[in-house]
Amino acid sequence: MKKLLERPLAAAALAILAIMVVLSLSAPLIEAALGLDSNEADLLQRHQPPSAEHILGTDEIGRDVFLRLLYGGRVSLLVGFVAAVMAAAIGTAIGIVAGYFGGRFDAALMRLTDGVIALPLLPLLIVLAAIDLSKLGLTGLAQSESASLYRIIAITALVGWTTVARLVRGTTLSLKSRDFVRAAIAMGARPLRVMAVHILPNAISPVIVATTLAVGQIILFESALSFLGLGIQPPLPSWGNMLTNAQEVIWTAPFLAVYPGVLILLTVASCNLLGDTLQEILDPRARKPKR
Amino acid sequence: MIRYIADRVLQGIVVVAVMSLVIYSLIGLMPGDPVELMIAANPRIDAEDAARLRRVYGLDRPLLERYAAWASAAIQGDFGYSRGFSRPVLDVIGPRLANTAALMSGAFVLALAIGLPAGIFAAARPGSVPDTLINLASFLTISMPTFWLALMMIIVFAVLLGWLPASGLPTGPAGFWEHVRHLILPVVTLAIVEAGAYARYMRAAMIEALRNDFVRTARAKGASWTRTLLGHALRNAMIPVVTIMALSFGGLFSGALITETMFAYPGMGKLIFDAVMGNDFNLALVTLLFATALTLLGNLLADLAYVALDPRISLGAGAERGPAR
Repeated sequence: MKKLLERPLAAAALAILAIMVVLSLSAPLIEAALGLDSNEADLLQRHQPPSAEHILGTDEIGRDVFLRLLYGGRVSLLVGFVAAVMAAAIGTAIGIVAGYFGGRFDAALMRLTDGVIALPLLPLLIVLAAIDLSKLGLTGLAQSESASLYRIIAITALVGWTTVARLVRGTTLSLKSRDFVRAAIAMGARPLRVMAVHILPNAISPVIVATTLAVGQIILFESALSFLGLGIQPPLPSWGNMLTNAQEVIWTAPFLAVYPGVLILLTVASCNLLGDTLQEILDPRARKPKR
Repeated sequence: MIRYIADRVLQGIVVVAVMSLVIYSLIGLMPGDPVELMIAANPRIDAEDAARLRRVYGLDRPLLERYAAWASAAIQGDFGYSRGFSRPVLDVIGPRLANTAALMSGAFVLALAIGLPAGIFAAARPGSVPDTLINLASFLTISMPTFWLALMMIIVFAVLLGWLPASGLPTGPAGFWEHVRHLILPVVTLAIVEAGAYARYMRAAMIEALRNDFVRTARAKGASWTRTLLGHALRNAMIPVVTIMALSFGGLFSGALITETMFAYPGMGKLIFDAVMGNDFNLALVTLLFATALTLLGNLLADLAYVALDPRISLGAGAERGPAR
């Protein structure tokens, strides 16, 4: 952490992320302080330029753009963090089990991982996003208001675990033959205990790096899917679906399209930068950049 | 070598077969079925007709049985009809492939022409001002949503300046140059995104290559810095970069999905999107499988390129090395 703050760029990235999180978490407070309602349409106040009342002006049905951006940030950041952590958990579980037990079990799990890596990601996400949940017998969930939120978290986590699985499997393979692990096994520790107590803590740092990078990637996927109308469904705002509306009024109000994109760019760039820097700090030998 | 390739192709066929079942089931889970769509289009179909139609089309049978029927027809080369285009699926895909190839080859060449020199230039003087700028620029492009970049390009060059059209293809008959003019924005958008990634890979690979002893030897023998860079280090640095290029090959066809959709360009990516959105089940299934097969082919090419370029690596090691993405 200290090393991280010594690097000005990484510190700036951390600061940007912190500001984003704090601002979007306090969206209801800011809303109350401004005396506005982020969902209230006012057709007489459409496309207002920035003013004291509306800091960034109003959108195509007279809603405050600044507040919508904050609420959109809540959704986009939530999806990014939760899905990345879920993907990391799935990947860690698969990687550690495959590496620890080895043999055919390992081969089968790694074939599965290779298979998922070889899939065209975006088209697959589009199909997954188009599935009718009630056909899966999840009628209650399909009708709930935040269904689109849960769905996007689930599907991005479902395809995003492969990197972590490979990393953790590799580390587990090398840790398995180390003396402290063999000593634990010799002393009669159960496999689950060896994995949780001895291997996991030593395999975690590449996972942290991969997860940080994944947050940015997932925010990009979320915004693309929401933009295409397949992710977060209005009226719930996300940075992606705000751009869908902006595209429709691109000839009359081009600037509506600028703000959400700049926020996505800043957030994703910060995550990538943070991930890169963490990688350098945690593993000085790693020189390969990750996308 | 031939045995290895045959092995990999066989593996790929297995993956495609498994994926066809997975995608078939997923598509079965999408809202609506073909008969419901017919009812929506024609209010005179009553419940009895609907039941009969379901029987005729086999929709009353279990999923696996329907899949088996589709698969046996597909093996004989019959991929069915597209509902949206009322033509055989393969006839629809053909021209779209040509369009995507035109878009992608333009973007690919442009991306390499920008990305590789930028990466080499940055690696020649690590830490210098140009290096920092190139790093920053490539960093921003890989952190940018493609659709937003496309939107910004449209706003600047089509809305504000009015220099270029916002669509990827002219409406109605047009000459060659008019086609080129329409392709500029989508090609540049794709190229910017790809160039950033290539610059990053190229720079990293060059810096790695410059650490080698033979670089010092070349310098000691009096070779100029430029000659050392381009003659000695570059040849080694190209190995991972070519691998990355081959890996992105499969993604080229489906990866342009967003750009094609943004610029209303009738290529494979937009076809996949429209087929899924428009409940064109047959078309969606075949295009998705096609994209999967191409991605697998790209992975195979990447491994072969790796072996072909680096004599130090044997095929066994190549098989274990998966894509780093």
